[in-house]
Amino acid sequence: MKQARLILSGLEPLVITQDSNFVNVGERTNVTGSRKFLRLIKEENFTDALEVARDQVEGGAQIIDINMDEGMIDGKEAMTTFLKLIAAEPDIARVPIMIDSSKWEIIEAGLKVVQGKCVVNSISLKEGEATFKEQATLIRRYGAAVVVMAFDETGQADSYERRVEICGRAYKILTEEVGFPSTDIIFDPNIFPVATGMEEHRSNALDFFRATTWIKENCPGALVSGGVSNVSFSFRGNPRVREAMHSAFLYHGIKAGMDMGIVNPTMLEVYDEIDDKLLTLVEDVLLDRNDDATEALLDYAAKNQSSAKSVEKDLSWREQSVEKRLEYSLVKGLVEFIEEDTEEARQQYDRPLEVIEGPLMAGMNVVGDLFGSGKMFLPQVVKSARVMKRSVAYLTPYLEADKSKAGASAGKIVLATVKGDVHDIGKNIVGVVMACNGFEIVDLGVMVPAATILDRAIEEGADAIGLSGLITPSLDEMIHVAEEMKIRGMNLPLLIGGATTSRVHTAVKILPAYDGPLVHVNDASRAVPVLSSLIGEKKEESAGAIRDEYRELRAKYLERGQTKEFISIEEARTNGMKIDWSSWSPSAPNQLGVQAINPSLRDLSPYIDWTPYFKTWGLHGKFPAILEDNVVGEEATKVWEDTQVMLQEMIASNLLRPTGVFGIFEASRKGDDVNVKKNGQTLETFHFLRQQQKKHKEAANHSLADFIAPEEHGTDHIGCFAVTSGHGLEKLLETFERDQDDYRSIMAKALADRYAEAFAEYLHERVRKNFWGYASDENLDNTALIAESYKGIRPAPGYPACPDHLEKETIWKLLNAEANTGITLTESLAMYPAASVSGYYFANAESKYFGLGKIGKDQVEEYAQRRNISVEDVERWLGSSLNYEKEYSLK
Amino acid sequence: MKKDDLRSIAASRILILDGAMGTMIQRYNLTEDDFRNDSLKDHHASLKGNNDLLALTRPDILEAIHDAYFEAGADIVETNTFSSTSIAQDDYDLPHLVYDLNYESARIASDVANRCTEKNPDKPRYVAGSIGPTNKTASLSPDVNDPAYRAVTYDELVAAYKEQMIALIDGGVDAFLIETIFDTLNAKAALFAAEEAMAEKGVTVPIMVSGTITDASGRTLSGQTAEAFLISMSHVPLLSVGFNCALGAAQLTPYIDVVSRNTEALVSAHPNAGLPNEMGAYDQTPEQMANEISEYLDRGIINIVGGCCGTTPDHIRAIAEMAATYEPRKIKVEA
Repeated sequence: MKQARLILSGLEPLVITQDSNFVNVGERTNVTGSRKFLRLIKEENFTDALEVARDQVEGGAQIIDINMDEGMIDGKEAMTTFLKLIAAEPDIARVPIMIDSSKWEIIEAGLKVVQGKCVVNSISLKEGEATFKEQATLIRRYGAAVVVMAFDETGQADSYERRVEICGRAYKILTEEVGFPSTDIIFDPNIFPVATGMEEHRSNALDFFRATTWIKENCPGALVSGGVSNVSFSFRGNPRVREAMHSAFLYHGIKAGMDMGIVNPTMLEVYDEIDDKLLTLVEDVLLDRNDDATEALLDYAAKNQSSAKSVEKDLSWREQSVEKRLEYSLVKGLVEFIEEDTEEARQQYDRPLEVIEGPLMAGMNVVGDLFGSGKMFLPQVVKSARVMKRSVAYLTPYLEADKSKAGASAGKIVLATVKGDVHDIGKNIVGVVMACNGFEIVDLGVMVPAATILDRAIEEGADAIGLSGLITPSLDEMIHVAEEMKIRGMNLPLLIGGATTSRVHTAVKILPAYDGPLVHVNDASRAVPVLSSLIGEKKEESAGAIRDEYRELRAKYLERGQTKEFISIEEARTNGMKIDWSSWSPSAPNQLGVQAINPSLRDLSPYIDWTPYFKTWGLHGKFPAILEDNVVGEEATKVWEDTQVMLQEMIASNLLRPTGVFGIFEASRKGDDVNVKKNGQTLETFHFLRQQQKKHKEAANHSLADFIAPEEHGTDHIGCFAVTSGHGLEKLLETFERDQDDYRSIMAKALADRYAEAFAEYLHERVRKNFWGYASDENLDNTALIAESYKGIRPAPGYPACPDHLEKETIWKLLNAEANTGITLTESLAMYPAASVSGYYFANAESKYFGLGKIGKDQVEEYAQRRNISVEDVERWLGSSLNYEKEYSLK
Repeated sequence: MKKDDLRSIAASRILILDGAMGTMIQRYNLTEDDFRNDSLKDHHASLKGNNDLLALTRPDILEAIHDAYFEAGADIVETNTFSSTSIAQDDYDLPHLVYDLNYESARIASDVANRCTEKNPDKPRYVAGSIGPTNKTASLSPDVNDPAYRAVTYDELVAAYKEQMIALIDGGVDAFLIETIFDTLNAKAALFAAEEAMAEKGVTVPIMVSGTITDASGRTLSGQTAEAFLISMSHVPLLSVGFNCALGAAQLTPYIDVVSRNTEALVSAHPNAGLPNEMGAYDQTPEQMANEISEYLDRGIINIVGGCCGTTPDHIRAIAEMAATYEPRKIKVEA
């Protein structure tokens, strides 16, 4: 009889025996690893998300890993909903589920909805023995197997000794104290990169193999798993070496006893087909066979690099015609030869303008086509634009001397970030891409009033207007601009873009306000063809087609709005989250009151979440995996390298000056309000909103107020903060703008944004551990911080849990924030400098992020009373959160 | 009363479980009055058919039925508590009686068992607390338009089962029999509750589980194969595992066989008296049923056998006599 190593079940059994091959776990139903799956889950498109799961099972996955760890997703809700839907799909449910989360509450919620025997991925000794035992006991009681990470109170195991120490200790606890069956234990002893050049990384693979052997000998029954692609991290961009490393790693891993793992099957070479020389080099590295192993493999990798890199040094392209050379420089983003080539072209052509209209435009068209077809990525396009600008700058004196009119642009576009808003990275990127495609861009900057936009558009003879904005009040300001255009009888195409805008919002709210051509464009690559169609020969037809499409969208949306079920605010309040306050004991903060804080960039750097940074560049994927992504990896790596250079400079010269303030106050809840107090006297009141959508039986109608104790249960506390990393940015940008360097300008802004977020994360941690001190024993790395594994939340006004920006005024008063930080609030309550973050602190362990969704008129009316402002004002601030049509009055 | 544990007795002979409770109660032709006592006389809902109530209103009937099954040769009788959870009793608006129902049923069965054991100490008698699936499913949606909807949650099931189990422990049962499992997630909640209940009472109660294969597809209602069901139930040390209800003894054979080959627990079966006829009644005779069960015995794949719907003390007597001539299944401990 074959001895079973691991037995799991879905609707059908999965019995892994000694004779089974390596078990491959399906990893595409994982929001941290699959962009597509993340998007589907964010859109709540569970139908297509199920297809992803089905494809994996049909493709032969024996287990499917499901992960919903993403900041903007209610992970618990998404996990249980998805698992419940899978239960209704026998084709998918036949295989066992791996419930993957760094959050215990998500794991536990998942375990409660799956009938088969699952695998939990993962738990560790990170938070100490007590938590580990408690979680393991429950996992056994729920009837699941478990992946145990080699991680303990002092950190992740990074040597053979530490791996053995932690796995041995975990095994002993699980089998002797918890009574966990040894065959349900799967160790993940950490696969780390080798050949990094660091002496201490030399034995990373060997340590893993040795630890695997040790586990097999000393932990009878236990299995070993791991994420294989990590090992070849140093060779990203060189698939041949990487594939060889993965195969060789698996070969030795399986020989040492590795049972299962997460491997991308497309990144795997057949072991026997690895070139002998390469195999020897790879195995020298993996097994740390000699001192020169890393050097030798790097050498091999460099000689066998994919063509793209070696071309840079290959100057044969210099032998082509000047037109081809200009095109090459534009496509490759090379400034090295641009002035030399521009001069040569100037001499060849009759007039300087012909250089622009001829070879330069031809080159930019190639760039536009490559970008449009997904063969170039945004950072590359921005670099191309930099080359173009350099060339044009070189030609400018000759153009002026020639005195000919530059009238050949594809069209003139006025771009602006609307009044009250200061966010412009997206707008700048769209501007650059449009400029690359021959449009003349008149960029009016940020916080531009409607009248200025329209006056300038008329003055410049613009062909179209583009509006951008990031915060929700900007949506109303855009409607206002549209109304003004109608009043002035203008008929220019109006383009709407920016993070909070959407096709639906444009169709539902802006369309009725404006009769001219109107389109929502949120993607730089889409902007060009859309704009071309709206000002080209068939502009009327195009505008009409878009209008028809939006009308239909609007009708559908309004219909949908009516079918959603809402409950009254009273009912919603009754169904609020019930925290058991009777057994709650208030934990007194270590300090009360307001305190300013000015960390250095160096302090903040470790807290940066890089994934959104790459998103700014149109590069989607989780960091650091994005650096080795098949599609965008190479480009992401280039951006990353350039970023490091700027980062070093910023840190070394203190180019940005982080400034922040926070406060911790006594607080008590009254209804959906929270009174903020000092010595029992109310200083200010926060007004919170409550979800009103009808919920499933077990779900509550959340309000942030629920996380604060009512007065009769003792003194609770609330905090708030405002931080910025934007001071110093403008001066920095001046230098880049002088150099026509959009690439570095966008980079600096995006970095400032990241630093602001990092500051918020950094400060939150210090508040939890020191100033408030309710989590003084917390020990989380940056990944865990990004995954919000900590206790307590820091929601921000204007974001899903509390969309009302007016709350910022209250925070500013409490913290005296303007004086303490220099952050001002615009009339739309955007923060200036833009690289700023503000919010509340809630410490209760049960507090969580949620999205308010739509609210009803009854709550709006009641809220207006609580806040002592008019219903119309509330509707204006909460326009996109209303479940009914507010009435627009044309002035 | 001190008795050998069931597992050690099972090493030497096949254990006999009792037969149907409902079939026997039907013979009494009870009326609404039989389901009411003083405190229930004004209860607003109809109570006839809530058989579990008889523990409070007609304990004499339960005593007589248990007695008849012991007399027929049963080693283990089940308490009359198949529907005694707050979730199932909610249909009658009687969730507040859950403790009393379970406690009284367990006490009645234990008293009868003890009397029989005293009479014949060579054949100790046992009581298994019957724990039904409730009338709601945790992994199936009753709403075709909303496949993610669930009429009951895991936590609600755990709470309901725990309440029932604590009362059964207090009433003196020797084992829990989680039976007629059509949704494995419900049963996993029952196992979870059992561990909590035992921890709270500071006792260990052997657990028997019995699934239900709904039809010839060979799957539970919630879609699992027999082996997947077994795997999903194996994280807790079980006294026995097997199948009951829905099918007759012959139809159950392949599934009993699968379980027998894959578990170190005892294997049980309590099938129906054949498949129902056109009138919904079971008409397999005791001899026919015993004959079908002899296939389990021939193959050596059974440790505990009894009857479900349509079976009577006569069926159990026939089965017991047949089983007494066979060796029990030997438990293979995998090397």
